Amino acid sequence: MSLLDTPLELDPQVALRPEPFGALAYHYGTRRLVFMKHTDVVEVARQLDRHPSLSATLQACGIAEARWPSFAKAFASLNESEIVRERRDVG
Amino acid sequence: MSAATLVEQLKRGLDAPICLTWELTYACNLQCVHCLSSSGRRDPAELSTAEAKQVLDELRDLQVFYINIGGGEPMVRRDFFEIVEYAIGNGIGVKFSTNGTYIDAANARRLAAMDYLDIQISLDGIDAATNDAVRGAGSYAAARRAMDHLAAADFGPFKISVVVTRHNVDQLDQFKELADSYGAQLRITRLRPSGRGADTWHQLHPTNAQQRQIYEWLLAKGDTVLTGDSFFHLNALGEPLPGLNMCGAGRVVCLIDPVGDVYACPFVIHDEFKAGSVRDVGGFAHVWKHSDLFIELRQPQSAGACASCGSYDACQGGCMAAKFFTGLPLDGPDPECVNGHADTALGSVRVDLTPRPSLDHSRPSRTLSLAKH
Repeated sequence: MSLLDTPLELDPQVALRPEPFGALAYHYGTRRLVFMKHTDVVEVARQLDRHPSLSATLQACGIAEARWPSFAKAFASLNESEIVRERRDVG
Repeated sequence: MSAATLVEQLKRGLDAPICLTWELTYACNLQCVHCLSSSGRRDPAELSTAEAKQVLDELRDLQVFYINIGGGEPMVRRDFFEIVEYAIGNGIGVKFSTNGTYIDAANARRLAAMDYLDIQISLDGIDAATNDAVRGAGSYAAARRAMDHLAAADFGPFKISVVVTRHNVDQLDQFKELADSYGAQLRITRLRPSGRGADTWHQLHPTNAQQRQIYEWLLAKGDTVLTGDSFFHLNALGEPLPGLNMCGAGRVVCLIDPVGDVYACPFVIHDEFKAGSVRDVGGFAHVWKHSDLFIELRQPQSAGACASCGSYDACQGGCMAAKFFTGLPLDGPDPECVNGHADTALGSVRVDLTPRPSLDHSRPSRTLSLAKH
């Protein structure tokens, strides 16, 4: 299953702080600070848990489909650094 | 957005600092010869517990995710645990720097029980002779005892923090082995001519050949060794070291000193770099957002005398504090410029005109002496 089809959420140990370039994401568990360098990525990240998949979230946020691959890449990296994670509650 | 664009954004400043250092007290049981804050005696005007909590409330509202607590020796404060627990309870992670003297078995267990807490134990030599020459008699044993207590209490990966001098640069591998043996993380930082370091820097700072040695060692270690991004002046030697290649002073970094004064960074306790006080109307947030000094630091900086050097993009002209306290112009090369561009200027600096640290809380009895190596 590609990340686009996966239900995601912000890790509960992560706080986002809005900044002019996007946001700072801080993971209290790993103590890692991650720069989210696009305001659209921040908006999508905040909405993840309201939609059944990443692609559904992108659609709901009005992100043009041509940009989805770059969002898939950005969220793969956020997933790797544990800022977002796969949501388990969806069957 | 590319990494370069991100750095450009960060240079224009953030809505709140990423990396805030808060020195809780000028009191210290040690008298290290390179102390950045010339600590020793408590200042009678230090922030009260209630004032400290007010500052933490502000930092919480600004979403400062974590703070670096230092001193002096922060554990000397009777309300040390109260302040740390209040910070953590408000979602502000704490990393604190200590010489380890007050980490006994009971305190180690108390610290180990807290979440979102990092401890950084200072050690400037791999043996007592090297360390104690800089940090004072008995300080090596005290630091090692603290590490043993933390390990016994299962604290987890604490940090061992080393200021690199010309006397310990050959010990970097051994420091790494020591850290590994505790399951700890090694952090090495640059010696600054700040505080009492203004008097000892010329004797202690690494030689030019040693600068290359540090650079190559760091390149080989990658991100397994922490540096607080303090060695970016070495980037002129070749490929950049890991981390943000920029001076964060007043942009993403600042210092709150024990009496509540806000400085651009931990290395510039001097009136010229004082932006205001947390006791001013509007508190810390007002100082951070509106002080003239910080607004000026967020403007594009001139490369000055470095403009014609091909390495400027790599090293950014180095460290503002290092230049200031060695009497060099701020828009010129770092005193440890690896291309040697500061050597002539350093040779002609009039020592009597070199800026002195504005505050000195050293205990008067101490005469500074360095062991011969």
